[in-house]
Amino acid sequence: MVDVVRHDVVIVGGGGAGLRAAIAAVEADPTLSVALVSKVYPMRSHTVSAEGGAAAVPPDAKDDSLEKHAYDTVKGSDFLGDQDVIQYFVQEAPNELTRLEHWGCPWSRNADGTVATRPFGGMQTPRTWFATDKVGFHMLHTLFQHSLRFDRIVRYDEQFVTKLLVDGGRCRGVVALDVRSGQVRAVLGRAVLLATGGAGKVWPFTTNGNIKTGDGMSLAYREGVALKDMEFVQYHPTGLPGTGILITEASRGEGGYLVNSEGERFLVSRDYGVGTKAELGPRDMISRAIIQEIEAGRGISLPGKLGQYVHLDLRHLGKAKLEARLPFVLELSRTYAGVDPVTQPIPIRPVLHYMMGGVDANIDGATPLPGLYAIGEAACFSLNGANRLGSNSLTELLVFGARAALHAMRFAKGSAAGSETALLEQAKAEGARLDGLRGRKRGGETVAGVRHALNLAMEAGTGVYREQASMQQAVSEVAAIKQRYEQVSLADDSKVFNTELTAMLELGNLIDVAEAVALAAVSRKESRGAHACRDFPKRNDGEYLHHSLVHFGEAGPRFSTKPVTLGTWLPEERKY
Amino acid sequence: MAELPKKTIVVTRFDPDKDEAPRQQRYEIPVEPDWKVLDALNYIKDNVDPTLSHRWSCRMAVCGSCGMNVDGDAKLTCKDALSDYGDVVEVAPLANFPVIRDLVVEIEAFMEKFQKVKPFILRAKELAVEAGPTHQSPAELDDYRQFSMCINCMLCYAACPVVSNEPDFLGPAAIALGHRYNLDTRDEGQRERHAVFRDDGGIFSCSFANECSRVCPKHVDPAGAIQQAKLQNVIDWVTRLLPGGGGER
Repeated sequence: MVDVVRHDVVIVGGGGAGLRAAIAAVEADPTLSVALVSKVYPMRSHTVSAEGGAAAVPPDAKDDSLEKHAYDTVKGSDFLGDQDVIQYFVQEAPNELTRLEHWGCPWSRNADGTVATRPFGGMQTPRTWFATDKVGFHMLHTLFQHSLRFDRIVRYDEQFVTKLLVDGGRCRGVVALDVRSGQVRAVLGRAVLLATGGAGKVWPFTTNGNIKTGDGMSLAYREGVALKDMEFVQYHPTGLPGTGILITEASRGEGGYLVNSEGERFLVSRDYGVGTKAELGPRDMISRAIIQEIEAGRGISLPGKLGQYVHLDLRHLGKAKLEARLPFVLELSRTYAGVDPVTQPIPIRPVLHYMMGGVDANIDGATPLPGLYAIGEAACFSLNGANRLGSNSLTELLVFGARAALHAMRFAKGSAAGSETALLEQAKAEGARLDGLRGRKRGGETVAGVRHALNLAMEAGTGVYREQASMQQAVSEVAAIKQRYEQVSLADDSKVFNTELTAMLELGNLIDVAEAVALAAVSRKESRGAHACRDFPKRNDGEYLHHSLVHFGEAGPRFSTKPVTLGTWLPEERKY
Repeated sequence: MAELPKKTIVVTRFDPDKDEAPRQQRYEIPVEPDWKVLDALNYIKDNVDPTLSHRWSCRMAVCGSCGMNVDGDAKLTCKDALSDYGDVVEVAPLANFPVIRDLVVEIEAFMEKFQKVKPFILRAKELAVEAGPTHQSPAELDDYRQFSMCINCMLCYAACPVVSNEPDFLGPAAIALGHRYNLDTRDEGQRERHAVFRDDGGIFSCSFANECSRVCPKHVDPAGAIQQAKLQNVIDWVTRLLPGGGGER
């Protein structure tokens, strides 16, 4: 039996974007009821792992301006960001971070009690607000705790959304599997927002937590909404070898050095295009520089499985500053790398971190499917273009979470509830499908085995540097992995907290995302931002100044493009 | 490559659909020297027994999902080195919580306690965004910062001797969080929270065993928060009784 609940707005995902959207919706209209459906308790969402900060021009800044923040973002995006989106973003950013301050976020402070800011990669001035180096954690907990004031935000915790309900050309709800009981639930509403985050688990070496499986991307893709700019995946320069745990860019913002095996600050002594910014260049360029250093034989290695890396040296910052500004870096390095940054350099290497691409959405978060909205890392507006600047994404959650919620709310109020017959039929069929999956016997494939194969294929095909041949290889391997997925058998037939079933559903979502990433990557025969092709090392604005769209098809994915929205700034050579 | 050493992980299993009572299952697995306890569970899940259920996500000690009892003590398993244990390691669900399945515990009661302490800024008049950020000195921030670091992993509830006898006790994490807002210069909700703290199952149930602070993986020191809250609560109660103090509620 399918359980049915009804709300006005249904939000999928309880991280920073989903929580901000939920608060915005109920604040704007006290009569609205909002469902917040999340596969984990909201405070477990991956926003929690963000470390370094959130960007916004401080209200009292003397040497900064909205225009400068906009330009930095446009240039950082390698001119692929939509400039109307960027303008709105920089304008609302200070308001949103101020709101969070009023809601209790423990922003770090200057001696005079004003909010402190720190430098970040690709930003001209220090405009990154921070709460030591646990900014995502504090923002998420502030948002979650603030959301508890509103009883019209109805939470459905640990409920995994497996399908969008679409009828008459409108998205009108979701089907969710209650992980704790196995109950299938139709959550009906007049607008649906996807706030499910990225899909870092497509790759084996990632900063992302286990829950980052592209669920919302796949949900939209399967209903005919394209995934946009998926070839642009961000490798963060500084992850711990082995685990991939993130060491924040704030460690360079606070003055840290990157050093090769010869003890040389290679970003200063060699030309990697970052100019005097050195360690504070944008992430795409720094990650490429590290890979080049390793390829040139100036990497460092220890016996074992960690591979080659370089050093992040923070020793000159001193114990007091490290403890005050970067306590989490100290904790993570000591716990997970066995080094003490006060006295030892930290081994680091580029690690998959963030997806610039996502569900195709406009500045309002609206997708081409009426009633369906997307926000946060799950979405692509496009704010980040071909390369996101560090600390823009936490602010993005707030700015566009709030904006999309207001648009979704207006859409919901302007549309009739309509007949539920078709929706409930769909939900029933989805329930039957899920029932059929538990303990199913197919071929000899396992969830872990197929996921491992997907990880290897995507690491080989879509790393920091790519080649046409390896990307093409990834396209065909993902197609083969899709077939193998059909042969996965499940051992667990229990209805209660069946994490083999949820892992299988997540794997299906990862495969959808990988398919879009591989096709978009092989289709872009140029180098732009995070997409660095060895065969096509230059940017080619004549042919490729466009967004990529990948559409789902039963017989295989289909590729198309759409124009970039330019504005004040025309493409120029990206040099720092 | 040399063969890896082995350990036996003894996991408490329970599926309410199939088991009448929890049972123990032994898994002998090869272990890497740098593994955390969580890595062993993930190895079992992926390579030995896909029916094992446990919660985890960030594997960097910040999402708070993977708290369990390891050899009888409450631990965040992604932070807890496997090499700290012997050849046989017992992994059980967090103590003092009902079990949903295997290592997954029911935390709804905690979520209600969490809500009860009003963990948000309360003000008579809310600030307008146009007013800009409020000022807070680094010293004022330091007053509450430590108590804002709780990741809700609930190890403190598993370790607390009061929780085990008195399930309605608000408990360390919830009290520390309420106290965090009481100490925040932006907040005006102290009296409301003191009333909650004073109720049955509130701060005066705490026997100061200090177990919560001992097991806390983020050094929040909930025991310290509770002692501070007790003192403030008494002051609040006394000032209420003074002329113009608002009286007892």
